Amino acid sequence: MERDARVCVMGEDVGHYGGSYKVTKDLANKYGDLRVLDTPIAENSFTGMAIGAAMTGLRPIVEGMNMGFLLLAFNQISNNCGMLHYTSGGQFTIPVVIRGPGGVGRQLGAEHSQRLESYFQSIPGIQMVACSTPYNAKGLMKAAIRSENPVILFEHVLLYNLKERIPDEEYVLNLEEAEMVRPGEHITILTYSRMRYHVMQAAKTLVNKGYDPEVIDIRSLKPFDLHTIGNSVKKTHRVLIVEECMRTGGIGASLTAAINEYFHDYLDAPVVCLSSQDVPTPYAGTLEEWTVVQPTQIVTAVEQLCR
Amino acid sequence: MDSIQLMDHGHGKHEITAVSTDPNFSGYLHNNFLSIVPEKSGILLKRNKCKNELGDEFSATCQAMDGLQLVNGLECKIPCNSSKTIGAALGIQSRKERTRINPAIEMALTHRSSNLLKPLSAAVLRRTFSTDTITVETSVPFTGHNCSPPPRTVETTPAELMSFFRDMATMRRMEIAADSLYKAKLIRGFCHLYDGQEAVAIGMEAAITSKDCIITAYRDHCLFLARGGTLVETFAELMGRKDGCSKGKGGSMHFYKKESGFYGGHGIVGAQVPLGCGLAFAQKYSKEEHVTFAMYGDGAANQGQLFEALNMAALWDLPAILVCENNHLVLQMEWGRRNGEQRKSYAYYKRGDYVPGLKVDGMDAFAVKQACKFAKEHALKNGPIGSPVERESSPKGCRRKWPKWGNHCWVARDGCRPSKEVVEVGTSLVGLPEVGQVDGGLPEWRPKKWVWPEEVVELLRWWPILEMDTYRYHGHSMSDPGSTYRKRDEVTGVRQERDPLERIRKLILSHDLATEKELKDTEKEIRKEVDEAIAKAKESPMPDPSELFNNVYVKGFGVEVFGADRKEVKSVLP
Repeated sequence: MERDARVCVMGEDVGHYGGSYKVTKDLANKYGDLRVLDTPIAENSFTGMAIGAAMTGLRPIVEGMNMGFLLLAFNQISNNCGMLHYTSGGQFTIPVVIRGPGGVGRQLGAEHSQRLESYFQSIPGIQMVACSTPYNAKGLMKAAIRSENPVILFEHVLLYNLKERIPDEEYVLNLEEAEMVRPGEHITILTYSRMRYHVMQAAKTLVNKGYDPEVIDIRSLKPFDLHTIGNSVKKTHRVLIVEECMRTGGIGASLTAAINEYFHDYLDAPVVCLSSQDVPTPYAGTLEEWTVVQPTQIVTAVEQLCR
Repeated sequence: MDSIQLMDHGHGKHEITAVSTDPNFSGYLHNNFLSIVPEKSGILLKRNKCKNELGDEFSATCQAMDGLQLVNGLECKIPCNSSKTIGAALGIQSRKERTRINPAIEMALTHRSSNLLKPLSAAVLRRTFSTDTITVETSVPFTGHNCSPPPRTVETTPAELMSFFRDMATMRRMEIAADSLYKAKLIRGFCHLYDGQEAVAIGMEAAITSKDCIITAYRDHCLFLARGGTLVETFAELMGRKDGCSKGKGGSMHFYKKESGFYGGHGIVGAQVPLGCGLAFAQKYSKEEHVTFAMYGDGAANQGQLFEALNMAALWDLPAILVCENNHLVLQMEWGRRNGEQRKSYAYYKRGDYVPGLKVDGMDAFAVKQACKFAKEHALKNGPIGSPVERESSPKGCRRKWPKWGNHCWVARDGCRPSKEVVEVGTSLVGLPEVGQVDGGLPEWRPKKWVWPEEVVELLRWWPILEMDTYRYHGHSMSDPGSTYRKRDEVTGVRQERDPLERIRKLILSHDLATEKELKDTEKEIRKEVDEAIAKAKESPMPDPSELFNNVYVKGFGVEVFGADRKEVKSVLP
């Protein structure tokens, strides 16, 4: 925001409250009420407003208080955000960033635990990224703001409290690049967002059992970084996808299709995709745990694949 | 200030029994001090002064006031052998003073007439209430938009007053218990509390039947209780247990009770209003004489889907009454220019524009009850919104006959006489020049607007939007302390001035339906009930793993894939 005066933020409670997860803390004091705009509860309209502002050159960042609320703005995101650059023949660019927390939290209820990446992935014209660490988050956010394309940045409700030492100097990450978390030899585990932590926990167990998993945080959900993924598949010949989306039509489903299409010859075993169950997220804690992939399930899957 | 002079037992009056006060005195108290009117300034009983013949008025006054304790500006003498009268008199003090005075007076009472107190307090514990009607006046008059508001006086019975108190105290206790359970991490996720707003739930429930539907957003615990939910179900659901109303799968924001017409319980702000109109559509479709109350908050009032739903409800005469619970707080933002303006117009009841609206004090259960009754009966009333004008005084040459309305012309605003302007049959009067612009003698009053019977009937059939002016004590949800955007004084101020529970308590005490002690005992009982419900809910087990896949679809559909002849199951969807 300091570098470019056209960058502004709009969302519910972003201004004086500092954001419901404190992402925009103190920004309103620094940049004023118009640049950090507190909107009424009208997602459809303020997302549309951001897109309209972007059409003239502003670079708004829209915060959905919870990704689930952006369902109300689906029309704006799909039709206007995604398609305007195309339908206008390139006249308008929509450099908007739509971000917000999604994913399954701690007993937040069905409507507040949605994974919208699977719903948005078909929209042509948008880019989707998911951050998982503070380092990722900063780099990807900067890249998203500087991008001329509309970018949807998926954060996770449970990852806001993470602390990490990040470089002082300025850095911007590549929006289309995946991150190699742990190089390995036996199996490629592809994951993103919160599931990265479940995978790393499972990796510890796996290492103790003698396996050597290669863990890649795909980060870019649309388009997939098939270069990094492909190289990894060519090395290990086995793929396990661990994601938080639903089984039906999630990111994992698309990734499975893509890997099968491009790297079929390199695979020694079918691609296995571990995802959440196709149920609305229940409120009860125990049921909620069973909805999401747990580290033990990852360990079992790896063992089965590597037999 | 008020002063209570405790008299010696040589009072020379009749022994006052446990269930009545000296009739003159109770009338005096009721009319001058205990009805819900703004407090008058201090009053000094003149007869006290007359006793002291010597000296000027000032010293006589001083002598008369000698030994009096001055609290709250009211000075009176009462025979003190009835603990109930003391309680009633004490009830008019503000809460601040009560704690200071109570011990002093209690001590004085015990000193003077301890032997009288014991049997009295024992005698009045459980009594049946008469079915007399009590007339209560609402705190403020209603404000109407495009309609004549209902009268301020509400009729009620002692039993209803007591049940209001009991239900509201239960709700208050339940929300506070939910607060502690949340802090103990037994309730997790989101928990939106309703304390401060109980009057809306209670008043609404008193005005309608269980066939009428209510639908609301995520602040639904108390409405669930009002609609017939039990405490055990509530707490079990909040803790995610099997015995909860949604089997532990819904949580705080998804309470439902189909049998008593409570449709939830919705997480997305504003999404319940179109649903409410759908319920109303079904009611109209099946020709039931019932209505739906679709509730939303002032934050949701900015959602587009509200206006869409309102337009459709007005278009098709759906019996949907939109109720805006205006607690003046939107999520974590405060109303007001400085801290984030949320809306252009604060008059939520006027937002319907062509739809009538009514602004109600949502902290007064009787105002809410009156408004909901009015809203429900609005279209069933025989009278129009305006008033009829006699045929004789209608304009000469007006040949329009409306036998259904007794050949009357109708005027949209009441109290107007029509002009002498000639009206052609069949013309719409909207758009004609105002009376007074026509040559000829002006009538004494000008009608504001003329309306044809069809239009009058249209107005009759629209159920009004109710705006409930209320307040919540807790923050938006449990993750919000509620203190970053408002001062503590604001909350305590509302608690003192407008608390719905206190209002009912004062009414009960002023009408001598119970003593202060009895009400406290009731509250203790309720506290015990709530604690027992929590204990029972804690015992309830977590849902079974098989529940995870239950109720995603209706059993037998949507999960299995059959072969071409539909006899063989080819696969089961994950």
